[in-house]
Amino acid sequence: MNPDDDRSGAPLPSGPQPAVDRRRFVENALKACAAGCPLILAAIRLPAAVAQGPAGQAGYDPTEHLYGMGIDIQRCIGCGRCVAACKAENDVPLDDHHFNTWVERYVIDDNGEVTVDSPNGGFDGFPQPDTESEIRRTFFVPKLCNHCANPPCVQVCPVGATFITPDGVVLVDDTYCIGCRYCIQACPYGARWFHPTKHVAAKCTLCYHRLVKGLVPACVEVCPTGARTFGEVEHRPTPLARFMRMNEVQVLKPHLNTRPKVYYANLDGEVR
Amino acid sequence: MQGYIYPNEFELQWSLLIVLYPYITGLVAGAFILASLERVFNVKEVQPTYRLALLTALAFLLVAPLPLQGHLGHPERSYEIFLTPNRQSAMAMFGFVYAWYLAVVLLLEIWFDYRQDMVRWAQEAHGARRWLYRVLTLGATDVSPGALKFDDAAGRWITIIGIPSAFLLHGYVGFIFGSVKANPWWSSVLMPVVFLFSAIVSGIALVLIIYMVTSLFRSRPVDMRCLDKLASFLFYAMIVDVSLEMLDFVHRLYESEESITILSQMIESRLFISLIVLQLVVGTLIPLGFLGAFSPALHRGLARGSDELRRLIYLTSAVLVEIGIFSIRWNVVIGGQLFSKSLRGLTVYKVELLGLEGLAMTIAIMALPFLILWILVRVLPPWNVAAQDAR
Repeated sequence: MNPDDDRSGAPLPSGPQPAVDRRRFVENALKACAAGCPLILAAIRLPAAVAQGPAGQAGYDPTEHLYGMGIDIQRCIGCGRCVAACKAENDVPLDDHHFNTWVERYVIDDNGEVTVDSPNGGFDGFPQPDTESEIRRTFFVPKLCNHCANPPCVQVCPVGATFITPDGVVLVDDTYCIGCRYCIQACPYGARWFHPTKHVAAKCTLCYHRLVKGLVPACVEVCPTGARTFGEVEHRPTPLARFMRMNEVQVLKPHLNTRPKVYYANLDGEVR
Repeated sequence: MQGYIYPNEFELQWSLLIVLYPYITGLVAGAFILASLERVFNVKEVQPTYRLALLTALAFLLVAPLPLQGHLGHPERSYEIFLTPNRQSAMAMFGFVYAWYLAVVLLLEIWFDYRQDMVRWAQEAHGARRWLYRVLTLGATDVSPGALKFDDAAGRWITIIGIPSAFLLHGYVGFIFGSVKANPWWSSVLMPVVFLFSAIVSGIALVLIIYMVTSLFRSRPVDMRCLDKLASFLFYAMIVDVSLEMLDFVHRLYESEESITILSQMIESRLFISLIVLQLVVGTLIPLGFLGAFSPALHRGLARGSDELRRLIYLTSAVLVEIGIFSIRWNVVIGGQLFSKSLRGLTVYKVELLGLEGLAMTIAIMALPFLILWILVRVLPPWNVAAQDAR
């Protein structure tokens, strides 16, 4: 009696056929794997974004994220590519007084005099600073909506057209905004503007349409020096978590208790 | 532009129409509080202006939402404030405060006060007017002593509710500005109180002007006792208002927070005419001097001029006060947007002549309450003709 008979439980043709037997085993094993994999994957429950891949908008779960941005002042070279990318990505008017993000230049001369400028929001880069005395130090500061955890703009909106998403992004529903502009007055950072043709409040969305596809905001994507870092604020091993671990970070106007989620490394005390 | 402003601050968001909004609601609250003096506090001298003040308040209240509506980017969506108000928002309450004040306070008080007259007019008038008064009485034609007593009691109670409501209406408008922590020029706990007292000042001055002008057009003598009393109240209200403004000013100066430098620059340059010249000198010091000297507010008047002179002084003072209060509104609303929240620069505001938020529109909106008042006075004459003739 062939011992294989007992294991398979079926009569085998006479004569030795070990090669065929192994092939059948491998075939069966592969079939079993093919059938079982989705079940196993479902049981492990990979994060939706990973499981669905970059194009997984339908499976995006905002409650699983809390986004923020880190900005390293020492890395910013004032090239303005972030400003241009943002305008292109988000259809922001190309004039010089509507910006979701802009770059400021601080020039501090030997007398301690501070000069700040942001020609065209830094869109075209910066010309040589125009100072008579020696420059003590100078740096660039990219600005954007701070996506505050305690946002005054959301508090004041009379109809609730601006809101904070579960993943921590402050957005405006432009089909609902009545255009009273109270939110623009309430923002301490000058981050909101009034859309000249839509007649609603507008602002940085952290490129929400990209986030849900697993992409980073356009300004982060194009920054040539990595001055902007995007990621999860809490608990997750993302670039932002590393940025916040490796740097001493500050936020803008902390005394107003808006609790911003844009964190600056190497921020100078002159920046407001 | 001077210094650095955030790029998005280039455009001022709240323009001349929003200056008009607190100005008009202030006139409403002030006129109503003046009316309540007679009703609740039994100040008999101001009785000739009681109904006039109520109708003035109504005429201006009807116009109050117009500048807001005109300013909205999407006025067709404004009803959402009623349907889905964000309960955290100070502005969301406007509709409810407004509706309460209009429907519960002003309309009811006017109705109870006029009911007896409307019943009589419905009997005396002919044609369309007869029907108009019949409709206005809402079918309540009982003029028995018991019913009239009820009218009086109801009117009195509504006024008692109305005084805190008037305080609420305008204090609330002050809160809309005072609660914006991002803006150091606005953010002040005193803002609602300052708004309220400046409202009382502007309301008294307005009723004084309207009373004098209507008397002139009706060729009736002005009741000098009433006028003296109004002038005295105007003086007292101004003293409180100026004290509060000074307290706010000294407090800011003494605390000397980081915004003090840019705010000082703003007052010295951008707001010099509207704040120092118009608000302080023209709108406050000169009328205070006039009223202090000629009204019986201080020891029966320091310099007791003739009736004719006092009338001229009062009218001039009231007009100057109105200019001053309008300047206050301007300095709050526009001033709060002339400096950058970066505290590093100042911007400019140029008034448009035409356009939805221009000067022409502002003048039109300001003229509208006077037109409404003219119609209201035709329908509901505020003067007791028989009584005045008898006097």
